[in-house]
Amino acid sequence: MNAPREFMNLIGEPADLATDVAVIGAGPAGLAAAEAAATAGVRVALLDAAPVAGGNVWRARAATPDTEVAPRLRRLAGLGVVVMPGTRVVWPQPDGTLLLERDGSPATLRAKRIVLATGARERLLPFPGWTRRGVFGAGGLQALAKGGWPVQGRRVLVAGTGPLLLAAAATLRRAGAHVIEVAFEAETATLAGFAMRLAAFPARALDALTLRASLAGVPVRGGWRIVEAQGVDAADPASPLAQVTLARANGRTRTLEVDDLAVSWGLVPQVELAESLGCALAWRGHERHVVVDTDQRTTRADVFAAGEQGGVAGAAAALASGAIAGRAAAHDLIADAQTDPPVDLHDRQRRDRAARFAALVAATFPPPADLAARWRDDTLVCRCEDVAWSAVRAFDTPREAKMATRCGMGHCQGRTCGEALRLAGCASPASLPARPVRAPIVPVPLSHVLALPAEAESDDAPARAH
Amino acid sequence: MTNDVLVHVDGCPVRVPAGTPVAVACAQAGAPDGRLSASGQRRHAFCGMGVCGECRVTVDGRPHRLGCQVACLEGMRITRDAG
Repeated sequence: MNAPREFMNLIGEPADLATDVAVIGAGPAGLAAAEAAATAGVRVALLDAAPVAGGNVWRARAATPDTEVAPRLRRLAGLGVVVMPGTRVVWPQPDGTLLLERDGSPATLRAKRIVLATGARERLLPFPGWTRRGVFGAGGLQALAKGGWPVQGRRVLVAGTGPLLLAAAATLRRAGAHVIEVAFEAETATLAGFAMRLAAFPARALDALTLRASLAGVPVRGGWRIVEAQGVDAADPASPLAQVTLARANGRTRTLEVDDLAVSWGLVPQVELAESLGCALAWRGHERHVVVDTDQRTTRADVFAAGEQGGVAGAAAALASGAIAGRAAAHDLIADAQTDPPVDLHDRQRRDRAARFAALVAATFPPPADLAARWRDDTLVCRCEDVAWSAVRAFDTPREAKMATRCGMGHCQGRTCGEALRLAGCASPASLPARPVRAPIVPVPLSHVLALPAEAESDDAPARAH
Repeated sequence: MTNDVLVHVDGCPVRVPAGTPVAVACAQAGAPDGRLSASGQRRHAFCGMGVCGECRVTVDGRPHRLGCQVACLEGMRITRDAG
């Protein structure tokens, strides 16, 4: 593994760091933003929570880190960019200081401009049995398999919705898994219609054909949804996965013997940091994204957002919007504020074309509309705090449910169950409070917060610390 | 391989390539387990992207490290929640 070693060589700068532009997230958008800003002549720090750069998209795809990520990291090193893997932003302070957790220890970073490139996470929805060993997010198992998670010879069912299911299945097969089926909730006719419309996006059509070819012999079925993941011991709700039951809309069911189940229902932009920085967010269908202008500037003048932050649109759009954001952030610091940032029409065209494709994907693969009907009384809707559906369904608002049950108050801070309960009709977007995110954005030991200099503390109390 | 590292999962030595996620080292050691849930159920790596926290383990004495996000380093000691 060349990429991690190369990345680790860049560690070694002090715990308290100041820079011109801080880029948060080292996926395609962040890598492009860091390179564009550094090329323009400003100091750049590039942070990522993962130990390796590339983000989920390039990490999950086999064989790409060396061809996509390593050359970019070499260029960043040549430009003097400080690359900080294993680093999460915990708490942005009112004075602009970012409290970080770095390799498990607190650190701080001051930046004149911030580029948010925190990407998207998978939409992972509850179903009976989803907490068993052997049930994974599809992109998650893809990334784990890439890191060496043992999937060789294991019977894997890939299920849910969205084109990423095919990409996950292809990676898992390449890693030696026996992918027994890819089951889409979308009907076969919908999948066929989507394939027809891909003709308008030749690069995507080629990707799709390549993926399908790499899955030769694997059945891809439309119109099936997961009913339940059964364990080896029917009496033990925590026993490892043994079978998955699927159902059609007409009620017909079938049960498959599996070792692993990889699920996904599309992607959700990770907007928590943008939200805590006070950037405006907006809804587009089921997607909550960061509002940006044509230069990728958010409603906060010193904060830019790129990639999936502005709406899920894929790696090509992320490279383009990242470059636009990086150039604009650097331009703020080196040019007269009255001039506009340099315009790269090619980047803008790439970004806008990808957004049109993303709109087609979103329209073709909506999240389930009947989610609540799929849950049983004892289905854990909040797996952090083990809160069952029967315990939360009586409440009118997320706040009431949280107060009474701790639903959404565990480690993931509602990132998973919040989306699920919203889709289940428990909270309309309008009923969600304007700023439900409270620092720390990720759970950290209280000692990290105590490490902050006194003048940098804010009035917000920590939501929870271990 | 020259860039392998030796880590210990619940005391058992396992050799993995440098940079391997801690959760993967646990799985390769035959212990693909993470935290114990609020009601005592054993959980396992699920989202693989540092969101769900199900893969949390103690690394070199620090609790609640995300197994899918922490890379193995030589001599690392990984322990799971006792259950």
